[in-house]
Amino acid sequence: MGALQSLPAQPEYIDLAQKTGFSFEQIAILHKRFKQLSRDEETLRRENFSQIPDLACNPIRTQIIEAFFDKRNYHQNDVGMVEEIGFKEFLVVMSHFRPPSHRMTEEQRENVRTEKLRFLFNMHDTDNDGTITLEEYRHVVEELLSRSGALGKETAKGIADAAMLEVASISVGHMEPDEFYEGITFEHFLKLLKGFEIESRMNIRFLNMDTSTLFFLFSFSSI
Amino acid sequence: MAVFLRRSSSRAAVTIGVLLLTTSFFIPGASSDNRDAARGGSNGTRGGPGQVLQVEKEQRNSSVHQETHTNSSADHKKPFPVLSFNYDHVRTPFEISLWILLALLMKLGFHIIPRVSHVVPESCLLIVVGLLVGGIIKAIGEKAPVLGYELFFFYLLPPIILDAGYFLPTRHFMDNIGTILVFAVVGTLWNAFFVGGMMYGVCQIEGAQLATVDLLSCLLFGSIVSAVDPVAVLAVFEEIHINELLHILVFGESLLNDAVTVVLYHLFEEFSHAGTVTVVDAFLGVVCFFVVSLGGILFGAIYGLLGAFTSRFTSHTRVIEPLFVFLYSYMAYLSAEVFHLSGIMSLIACGVVMRPYVEANISHKSYTTIKYFLKMWSSVSETLIFIFLGVSTVAGPHAWNWTFVVFTVLVCLVSRVLGVIGLTFLINKFRIVKLTKKDQFIVAYGGLRGAIAFSLGFLVTDSQMKNMFLTAIITVIFFTVFVQGMTIRPLVELLAVKKKKESKRSINEEIHTQFLDHLLTGIEDICGHYGHHHWKDKMNRFNKTYVKRWLIAGERSTEPQLISFYNKLEMKQAIMQVESGSSAKLPTPESSVSMQNVQPKEPVRQRAIPSISKSREQEIRKMLRANLQKTRQRLRSYSRHDLLIEPFEDHVSEARLRKQRAEMGRRMSHYLTVPANRQEVPSVRKVCFEPEHQVFTYDTECPNIQTSRPPDTVRLLTESHQRTNQSAELQELSAKETDIEDQQKVSRCFSDPGPKSDQDRDGSSTS
Repeated sequence: MGALQSLPAQPEYIDLAQKTGFSFEQIAILHKRFKQLSRDEETLRRENFSQIPDLACNPIRTQIIEAFFDKRNYHQNDVGMVEEIGFKEFLVVMSHFRPPSHRMTEEQRENVRTEKLRFLFNMHDTDNDGTITLEEYRHVVEELLSRSGALGKETAKGIADAAMLEVASISVGHMEPDEFYEGITFEHFLKLLKGFEIESRMNIRFLNMDTSTLFFLFSFSSI
Repeated sequence: MAVFLRRSSSRAAVTIGVLLLTTSFFIPGASSDNRDAARGGSNGTRGGPGQVLQVEKEQRNSSVHQETHTNSSADHKKPFPVLSFNYDHVRTPFEISLWILLALLMKLGFHIIPRVSHVVPESCLLIVVGLLVGGIIKAIGEKAPVLGYELFFFYLLPPIILDAGYFLPTRHFMDNIGTILVFAVVGTLWNAFFVGGMMYGVCQIEGAQLATVDLLSCLLFGSIVSAVDPVAVLAVFEEIHINELLHILVFGESLLNDAVTVVLYHLFEEFSHAGTVTVVDAFLGVVCFFVVSLGGILFGAIYGLLGAFTSRFTSHTRVIEPLFVFLYSYMAYLSAEVFHLSGIMSLIACGVVMRPYVEANISHKSYTTIKYFLKMWSSVSETLIFIFLGVSTVAGPHAWNWTFVVFTVLVCLVSRVLGVIGLTFLINKFRIVKLTKKDQFIVAYGGLRGAIAFSLGFLVTDSQMKNMFLTAIITVIFFTVFVQGMTIRPLVELLAVKKKKESKRSINEEIHTQFLDHLLTGIEDICGHYGHHHWKDKMNRFNKTYVKRWLIAGERSTEPQLISFYNKLEMKQAIMQVESGSSAKLPTPESSVSMQNVQPKEPVRQRAIPSISKSREQEIRKMLRANLQKTRQRLRSYSRHDLLIEPFEDHVSEARLRKQRAEMGRRMSHYLTVPANRQEVPSVRKVCFEPEHQVFTYDTECPNIQTSRPPDTVRLLTESHQRTNQSAELQELSAKETDIEDQQKVSRCFSDPGPKSDQDRDGSSTS
């Protein structure tokens, strides 16, 4: 790809649309946003994300940004982190937040749910070992409470401990005292958030409109 | 009814109630007139001068009494009356109390009979009772109290609405606010015009003797009868436990359509007097709608903020805290009524705005009081409303016109179904979670009419038409409440509509809810898309930085939601323990996971860290929990944990703690050989704190006892090593915490060793 990249030709869009399920308009909008963030370069780096002003107040911004650079989210069965991403990877990560289509079989719904929960799991499991250990979970809670200052740390520990215990109780049930609960595996995670209805909650409305115009309408789109 | 009467206890209750009531009608006899509890001025508009229940009559009676006294003393010189009978001057409160007592006895009676209350919703039974009582009263020849305007709108309705508004599930409500508004506003408008128009068409039919009914009157009628009623909806939906989405849709619609109803009603009332409608009038009507609804919400919000602000200072006068909540809300309602704004929306707004701040400020007992009083009042109100509905049906003047009534019922049904289907089609284009056909059916079927329509009907100017309208309204109400109310439950079962989730709010879900909120906000920011989450996040931040600081006392204002949730959870468990008592053994939970199972194993090379015994582990855990509590106490300058330092509870838990301490001390001194150098404590395999279980087994090796902890725990270890007097330490620790260690999720989950594995008092329980 050249230094100055124009919009990908239609065939590329088709390929992307197939892969991610977005429509052409949505891909065009996201591509525009991608170029805006990357200052017309082909790839995005972490610094580009840090420049988004609203993101600065988000307590979990580090994890969100990392999620974009996490190879596990690219649906390619790869692990590890990258330093910069192209539009394709950007789109694939975004596709995790696409609302499920209206008519879906139960199996498709299950797949969507698993995929979204997998994304969340990857966000928690920072060392790529397939389980969320107590430390990692504590880190999650600490980040969530990071705005509350000094008292966050201790209470975060207590909360994370309680949560972990609950997961262990739900997933494993009875444990001998000499058994050790390694951490939350993906199956346990699924079981834990079974009633959470994530397929209807973890969605962004990618409406077929230009992001810069009609944002006023968007704000009332909470129907 | 035969089944009903067979049960002697409920029969006694019912007959007592009915007898008491009828005797009260007998005794005063002819001296009574104008017994209407408050027949709201039939030609007054809403909010007219209130005629409070017969106060002036009471005064009149007492003055009469005075006169007879003076007369008698002057003329006859009777002997001093030892016992006299004067019913009149207690008449009003006596009757009110009797009615309320009757209502409650009915309620009691119904719940004793399980079979009937499963099939028939309570509202139906209450209406039937009302019919009976009304019939009895009519047979006696007395005039029954009528569900008039002031009684209903100023005394009976506000508690129900406040209860609904204060405990409104805000998250679900706000997530679906668009859908609810569309149903409430557009749906009600559609219903009103459709019903009005169709009835006008019906009236034009020759041979129905309805030619006198003009278009405007029909439209007025349409606007009265088309509003979904919150009282009826609550009464029926409460019992069927459908999922939150449907519940909030129907219920939210019934609350928010009040503004539309008010405006339409006034509009058509004015127009039918004026006779003609101009475009300007129509335009002003639209403006009026916005003024009424937004003005109502504004009033409510102002009073809500006032209430929240007041509650900030009530830390020294806890007893009157609930009163502030009630009075500010009632004032909001009345103030809105002064200006003919939507009182219901004002009340809801007040409750919703006030609640998060007030709950952060008030004590736990006040919170319980508010909850129970609201439930109590709304329950009584609802019961009274339905009974009065029955009584008024029998008493009221009726003009039965077959065509009109039958067509009203049919047209109402049709318009509701059409409206819901049409609107859902539109709405589904904008919703992520679409409404299915089943959902639509339930929403349409749940559009019950109730007492609001009835009371509004009473306000129509007296005429032959009014009676006909009233009859039709009553018929519609009866139809919806009886037929739809009774059949909705089997239909819900039949259609397998999703029921309400048995939600045990787990801490994991709470963590992930927050996490998801932040995640979605972040993704929206990355997309540059100012959506739902973006604005919600902005509002939350604004709330946190500015509003909470003003309205919440002390340091509580900076407490994040996750922490308050966690504390609430712990608090609940602590209370459960205090209530259940330590002697009661909880049933065996299936899981016996303990904290040690969760803590990671330390790799072997870090043996430098001392291994600790189970008892040590327990102490450490106690210390950690105490620290957590200290944190909490540091957080607030007042405490919702007043409960824990109440003298009574303190005494009870103190006694229990003393007992426990004694036990532990005994066991400790018996069995634990703790060397002076606490570095090499022999590991204890299992520990059990049952009083009778005394066996400790020692292992020479140290299996996966919890050895590793992050650095601060090691610090605690060393801290504990310094103490020499172990039992004193234990005592100190136990005194720090008032919740018994057993059922705490975080800490005490030891699995029991073999023999007495059923006594898993220490077993962990899921949240």
